[in-house]
Amino acid sequence: MAGQWAQFVAGGLTAGSVYALVALGYSIIFNASRVINFAQGEFVMIGGMSAVSLVATGMPLPLAVAGAVLIAAVVALLLEKLAVARARRADVVTLIIITIGASIFLRGLAQLVWDKKIHALPPFSGDRPLAILGATVVPQSLWVLGATVAIVAALSWFFGRTLTGKAMLATSHNRLAAQLVGIDVGRVLFASFGLAGALGAIAGVLVAPITFTSYEVGVMLGLKGFAAAMLGGLGSFAGAIVGGLALGLLESLSAGYVSSAYKDVVAFVVMLAVLFLRPRGILGTLQGIRV
Amino acid sequence: MESLAHSKAFASERRRAPTRRWAGPRTGGIAALALVIALAPLVIANNYFYDVAILVGLNAIVCVGLNLLIGYAGQISLGHAGFFGLGAYGSALLAARYGFPPLAALAAATAGVALVAFVVGRPILSLQGHYLAMATLGLGIIVSIVISAEDRITGGPDGMAVPPMAVFGFIVQGERTWYWVVGACLLVAVWLAQNLVESPVGRALRALHTSEIAAEVIGIDSARHKLMVFVLSAVFAAVAGGLTAYYAGFITPAKASFLHSIELVTMVVFGGMASTFGAVVGAAALTVLPQALTLLKDYEMVVFGALLMATMIFLPRGVVPTLADALRRGAR
Amino acid sequence: MTALRVERLSKDFGGVRAIHELTWEVRRGTIHSIIGPNGAGKTTLLNLLTGVYAPSAGRIVCDGRDLSGAPPHTFAAAGVGRTFQNLQIFFNMTALDNVMTGAHLREPCGLVSALLHTPRLARAEGECRARAMHWLRFLGLERYAPMAAASMPYGALKRLEIARALAAEPSVLLLDEPAAGLNPTEAREIDALLKQLAAGGTTLVLVEHNMRLVMGVSDHILVLDYGRRLAEGTAAEVAADPRVVEAYLGAAEAAVAGHA
Repeated sequence: MAGQWAQFVAGGLTAGSVYALVALGYSIIFNASRVINFAQGEFVMIGGMSAVSLVATGMPLPLAVAGAVLIAAVVALLLEKLAVARARRADVVTLIIITIGASIFLRGLAQLVWDKKIHALPPFSGDRPLAILGATVVPQSLWVLGATVAIVAALSWFFGRTLTGKAMLATSHNRLAAQLVGIDVGRVLFASFGLAGALGAIAGVLVAPITFTSYEVGVMLGLKGFAAAMLGGLGSFAGAIVGGLALGLLESLSAGYVSSAYKDVVAFVVMLAVLFLRPRGILGTLQGIRV
Repeated sequence: MESLAHSKAFASERRRAPTRRWAGPRTGGIAALALVIALAPLVIANNYFYDVAILVGLNAIVCVGLNLLIGYAGQISLGHAGFFGLGAYGSALLAARYGFPPLAALAAATAGVALVAFVVGRPILSLQGHYLAMATLGLGIIVSIVISAEDRITGGPDGMAVPPMAVFGFIVQGERTWYWVVGACLLVAVWLAQNLVESPVGRALRALHTSEIAAEVIGIDSARHKLMVFVLSAVFAAVAGGLTAYYAGFITPAKASFLHSIELVTMVVFGGMASTFGAVVGAAALTVLPQALTLLKDYEMVVFGALLMATMIFLPRGVVPTLADALRRGAR
Repeated sequence: MTALRVERLSKDFGGVRAIHELTWEVRRGTIHSIIGPNGAGKTTLLNLLTGVYAPSAGRIVCDGRDLSGAPPHTFAAAGVGRTFQNLQIFFNMTALDNVMTGAHLREPCGLVSALLHTPRLARAEGECRARAMHWLRFLGLERYAPMAAASMPYGALKRLEIARALAAEPSVLLLDEPAAGLNPTEAREIDALLKQLAAGGTTLVLVEHNMRLVMGVSDHILVLDYGRRLAEGTAAEVAADPRVVEAYLGAAEAAVAGHA
């Protein structure tokens, strides 16, 4: 029984780390522009699928991973430049629909560039399961968890120590003030998309060896990643991590102990609960509206 | 001199005022639509085209309702396919499993959907902007997942069969009969929607879209109005869903999917926000387009997504209002 | 006869106390002005008096009814009307529609009659339209009736917002800087309009910076500073109050001197 519990926790933390990375992408873009980027999930998909293609050309795995991240970042930057930037003055609903359109477009493009089949990426360091604290874990799970920790550390350094990172942080706190001190908020948004694309792709590459990847994989991951971001607090980086892990665990435990048919529902029920009960999430801050 | 011109303008306005009823979009447009529906069979060659026309009509009914919510009241719903699916499955289950007469099943299912919309609408509509969008999205997806998962009742992902619609012993089947049924329903839907738009309720909706604060200060209970239009649009969707079920003889959970919700929003947005006829045009355009692209089935998503983005970036008010403005400017 | 009364009214925003324990009364049929430096809490007070903000403490009583914490549409139903400092015109409608919408409470309409466009509704709409034209004419805006509000000049829009507020036939009308952005001629027109409204029995509460307008039109002035009442009284009393003069009324003194 204890082993089962540990198994669910392990699975939950692995999925949760992926959600956390996706959630970070949402938060970064939301901070720069108050836009919810529905195409976030597609960056995950592009990361996984690109890696598969690059590996198939014979590229060594680390290079393929880097290449995939680069491709997704470029796609994200193009999306910002061609679609989002042009409609920046539009209202929230318009922007949401634009990013939804982008997500459909990217999925359709993926269908053409690749195909509709499911693809596998080779695991980073073999697939012999390990036994850890009563749970059977594939090495890839450790990669997922480890990479997430490393990324969180890297992002902390980026936002705390580099000029670009601090500019992004400033913009998220007060856009007008940031502009007044000379920060080009347009460039901040541009960079935010690139960063969100890269993060999404990393998540996609990390998880592809476990759950496989296909042109459709971005939809659910994107939505669940958003639920995780809401849970932790949209716009809060620590919240993205907390929300992601919490959602992963909730999902895994409810699938194990309650019903596996309704596993996917958990994320959306959580999202609704957050929206109705505590819209700012676990770690988010209250934002009033001044008339 | 100036006052003469003004009084002339005002006099012509006064003259126009009483005749407004007959020339306005409400009766003029509806008459035009009725004409199109009545004359179209002259050019429809075979059953396949009747089928497309029926699909256009059914989508248009949902879109007319959804447009009231999105275009006039300025809210958003990314989960309206959920109401559609509930109407479809509700009618199907009541008719197939509980022996309800089809029309009664449709009415009961619609009433049920109205109740659901009323109950979830209150908390949901207190949210704004993207929070509202995500909440409706979440609800829509939950509905589709539940429909899929409860396969003992609903037949699961493979769907379930629906008995044909019989009205007073007369079985409604065949594309030609359904064409007239759907056409009539669409006319009724458009008539109801246009009446609403030109009533004080319609003004209240447009007011709260622009400035909810000013509307409230005037005395408009914005929460109540938003809920009203939310439930109304859900009813339109449910009726269309039920009719779809009876027409096709079969329904699958795909009808309640997130993708279907997005298709519906695309139709409204493309055709025209705050324009009932825009919603009809949008439904027509985006129902026919995938059919036209069946040769290029693989390009459907790419075209859809590109269209959605391009419309929102370049024609944020939709095709029909933008065209109408251009015509008006050209006429001046 | 009290139209509006606030008792120990306070409003906090996080750590900032915007209004502090204000007790104040507006007598029916008079023109009250609220003046004070920027940030004194004038618009906040108007927002509280129309239910846009809920009080953190204290009471708001309108015509004998305690309306503290009620939503704006309840205040509207109690006869409180309002214009805004930053225009909140319904730009997606014509001028006529704006004013007709203003009369929302005067034309109750249920969902079913709206959907079916009953003959009774058609008649009510005709009456509503006629009354709206009356208000547009009253403010000299009749030529704008069929025009989209978005194409109207700024001065006309300020008057349109007043027409819209009047369409509800409020017993108390709150005006937030009605003369802001207007040239002296337009401001004088507003002056005359306000006097005409007050003569008709409408209680007016004005937030204004235009001292000439305030001094010339008001029966009673409330001076706010940092959310508290600094002084209160007639124009002459307030202008002579050393605390007020000290706080900011240099410009008003000159205006009063010019008046006399």
